[in-house]
Amino acid sequence: MIGKPWLLALAIISATASTSLVAQTVSSGLRGSTPLNEEGPAAPMTPMRNTIEKEVRNYPEQPPVIPHAIEGYQIDINGNKCLSCHARARTGESQAPMVSITHFMDRDGQFLASVSPRRFFCTECHVPQNVVKPPVDNDFVDIDTMLGRATPGGRR
Amino acid sequence: MSATDPAAASRRSSPARIWGFVVELWDVLRRPSSVFGLGVLVLAGFVAGVVFWGGFNTALELTPTEKFCTGCHEMRDNVFSELKTTIHFSNRSGVRASCPDCHVPHDWTDKIARKMQASKEVWGHLFGTINTREKFVDRRLELALHEWARFKANDSLECRNCHSAESMDITRQSPRASVAHQRFLFTNEKTCIDCHKGIAHHLPDMRGVPGWQ
Repeated sequence: MIGKPWLLALAIISATASTSLVAQTVSSGLRGSTPLNEEGPAAPMTPMRNTIEKEVRNYPEQPPVIPHAIEGYQIDINGNKCLSCHARARTGESQAPMVSITHFMDRDGQFLASVSPRRFFCTECHVPQNVVKPPVDNDFVDIDTMLGRATPGGRR
Repeated sequence: MSATDPAAASRRSSPARIWGFVVELWDVLRRPSSVFGLGVLVLAGFVAGVVFWGGFNTALELTPTEKFCTGCHEMRDNVFSELKTTIHFSNRSGVRASCPDCHVPHDWTDKIARKMQASKEVWGHLFGTINTREKFVDRRLELALHEWARFKANDSLECRNCHSAESMDITRQSPRASVAHQRFLFTNEKTCIDCHKGIAHHLPDMRGVPGWQ
């Protein structure tokens, strides 16, 4: 029963620490200086990246990000604006990259004639980019950088 | 039929009575006036012409307005509410294209032709052809096809009332738009509506529509 007062003290300390956290002004890149219990002003809208240049994928399995604006593009049961350019038959005119062959596969690995329904909603994986300085730093490094780091001079 | 038998006269069938009136009217019209002078008739004709023509045009000008179009719930609740979310309704420069800017030809003869077609839309409104959301959605492809065909036939005239290829500065466009416009618009290979379907309203079921999957 020696531990009991200690436990009590610990509980009090942690309780005060947590309550003072609420009142504290936490300055993070995303929130700015707005206290945690308040809602700050909405951040201004940032421009969409609108180019034709591909962005490098961070890892081979990454769904490529969309380098252009897609505002107002309808993707629903009636139609898919993305496929107006990225469908196999449309790439001649549009010169856009064709949707990956994996998108024609159903979940059993069977290839279908057109894009599989489970891959129809492009923006579930592919997203457009805003031109912003990331408010939170990201220390992700890709595998090539990682391998190069492990053995100076590189190794393949 | 005799004047001495009013009961028989009233029993006359109404088509015969109408025909009798027409013959009588024709007799009056074909005879030269014996009461009014030629000058009075010409002047009266002129004034009446101005009044009727002015009245006709004024009435005509009242119809191609956003207020008139959205007076019917078919337009207000379906296509107009969709327009509100698009760049043609609200944008950075504050220019708005409302219903008639795209759907009523600006040229007079074309406008009258379109107005005559629109009499079918009045019929549709009176008989409730698309008076529910479901009915509207069911007929949306048919209605859209009409408009696409019209734009295709007049080389997207209503788009070009505001957007002209001559005044288009492709250096201010995104690379994608710039390439596409140079390749398809400037060469007259395609017209606006070929690529820009569904920019102001939601799309119908696009299966089978060229350029769509």
